[in-house]
Amino acid sequence: MSDNLIPVVPSGVAPLDVIAVREGAFGVAGSGDTSGFGGLVEAIVLPPASQRPYGGDFDELADELDLSLSARGITGAIEKVVVDRGEITYFVERSKIVEFVTTLRDEPGLRFELCVGVSGVHYPLEAGRELHAVYHFLSITHNRRVRVEVAAPDADPRIPSIVGVYPTCDWHERETWDFFGIVFEGHPALTRIAMPDDWPGHPQRKDYPLGGIPVEYKGATTPPPDQRRSYN
Amino acid sequence: MSTENITYSSAEAGTDSYAGSYETTEGKVYSVSGGDWDTISAAPDGEKERIVVNMGPQHPSTHGVLRLILEIEGETVTEARCGIGYLHTGIEKNMEFRSFTQGVTFVTRMDYLAPFFNETAYCLAVEKLLGITDQIPERANVIRVMMMELNRISSHLVALATGGMELGALTAMTFGFRERELILDIFEMITGLRMNSAYIRPGGVAQDIPEGGVDKIAETLPLLRKRLKDTANLLIDNNIWMGRTVEIGFLDLTGCMALGVTGPILRATGLPHDLRKSQPYCGYETYEFDVVTETTCDAYGRFLIRVREMHESMRIVEQCIERLRANAGTPVMVTDKKIAWPAQLSVGSDGQGNSLDHIKEIMSESMEALIHHFKLVTEGFRVPAGQAYASIESPRGELGCHLVSAGGTRPYRIHFRDPSFTNLQATAAMSEGGQIADVIAAVASIDPVMGGVDR
Repeated sequence: MSDNLIPVVPSGVAPLDVIAVREGAFGVAGSGDTSGFGGLVEAIVLPPASQRPYGGDFDELADELDLSLSARGITGAIEKVVVDRGEITYFVERSKIVEFVTTLRDEPGLRFELCVGVSGVHYPLEAGRELHAVYHFLSITHNRRVRVEVAAPDADPRIPSIVGVYPTCDWHERETWDFFGIVFEGHPALTRIAMPDDWPGHPQRKDYPLGGIPVEYKGATTPPPDQRRSYN
Repeated sequence: MSTENITYSSAEAGTDSYAGSYETTEGKVYSVSGGDWDTISAAPDGEKERIVVNMGPQHPSTHGVLRLILEIEGETVTEARCGIGYLHTGIEKNMEFRSFTQGVTFVTRMDYLAPFFNETAYCLAVEKLLGITDQIPERANVIRVMMMELNRISSHLVALATGGMELGALTAMTFGFRERELILDIFEMITGLRMNSAYIRPGGVAQDIPEGGVDKIAETLPLLRKRLKDTANLLIDNNIWMGRTVEIGFLDLTGCMALGVTGPILRATGLPHDLRKSQPYCGYETYEFDVVTETTCDAYGRFLIRVREMHESMRIVEQCIERLRANAGTPVMVTDKKIAWPAQLSVGSDGQGNSLDHIKEIMSESMEALIHHFKLVTEGFRVPAGQAYASIESPRGELGCHLVSAGGTRPYRIHFRDPSFTNLQATAAMSEGGQIADVIAAVASIDPVMGGVDR
């Protein structure tokens, strides 16, 4: 990936997250390219950080959250805020996640009683932020949702556990550990949940192969799904 | 417990390889099953006896391949833990290697008692990312709502049926499965399959309701209503049933919030939380129905909620039928040709599902139509990069779909927040301190579906 692929952002704005690089237009490699599209290279970026005003009810939520955080003396917790497709995502510094979600739960103006759970996403191209833990919260009182995302480097995949604040995350964190190898520090018993205890590797990571065998039917062979032609 | 300290040996009483014993840091551990109990009847002197019983995963009353690990003192359960993962099939990982339309065939197999809910949650997430939520045709939304509500009835019927069976009420089981058959017949008529239909697709539904289909549903409803009453009468105010379920599996509102429990268990604490009302989707805000609550926080309350919810679902289905009659012939898929499947299927005289008109068009009239068909079916449509979370009220609670797209034709990452998975965590809170038999009643009232738990 050459550097000039990454879109330039103004100074003071959080850099864009490049999550994939698409080459060519048809997903075929190694064959003679007569179309010219084979030389196409495109960086895929996630929606950029948003600036105030966010629009909708999100400003009310953001005001409430800013006030609550400063009242509790929590600073530097929010890395960036992304408002996209009618949903708001807070990227939170991983060392501050427990304080952050405690604020979400306890402040009357926020009152996110229900943690819907946590799952992981693996972005191998985001150097130093490869593993993301994604939390969803629901406030029944105020009838709104918020997504919280915490990133950790692959070399040090540790994120503080929020089981002490939201006990429901017990199994969800175990599942995320099982599938992504994110270590939730402070979890009472972080063991595998879906895979066998002695399973090597973490299956949902992008570097973990899907597996499968070719299937033969009436003389024709179909390769396993991860080796079929991919239309990127 | 470190494995280095374990030394295996056959049981003292004999050389039965299935009933061995071994030393651990916490004392001697005996593994016994069935009649082997006699071989260790002499408990070691001066040592506290702990009995840990494995219940499942192959056990008729653990509601699927659920493994319960119970520590017991006599008949009292002192600790209860769940072992899950026996039905893990890697659906989320597999979907990263299939197009967005193919994904529907995977999600429908997760919570296999509520396939239309899985499909809808998934399609709502895809549509949110595509930005076409508002373009879904009215008729497609009505069909989705009708299928989901019929599905809610069939799912609750299985909850009553298997729950009843596990507590020994076998007539409830035969009744429940018999009534469910009426609904499965409707599903088969509309989608071609009784379950795992892959009927709801990104952009709408795969196929319009066949001719005479709406009338068939309308004819079925009165019979269903009568039979639901029979099934319910079998259990409501039934002394034995109440003896097994009243004040069993207690979980109050605080417990539900802490453990993230939703659905009938949450509504049995008196909180009328229902996503169909609070965050409507598919046009639920335009239907008249009530959110059913109870205040008993126990297994009996959850049972009553399921029974009454089935009647609310019938109300919604009746409203759907009226609307389907009014908007017959209108499209059931978005008009965007880059997303909508190129042809509706039709069963020909040869029993095959190909539309001959469409085949004629792509084979002999329009080369471009053939290319378009080929590209859309083999390659699929692209979904802009970003992430979305869509959630719906499934029969078991909040079913959420977190979808991340990298701008390609396949999901980059997809995660399902299955209500069974989360609710099953309440097993310990509901059953510790009670009797072994009450564990069964508590788990049955959670109504977990292991296909959804393990995915």
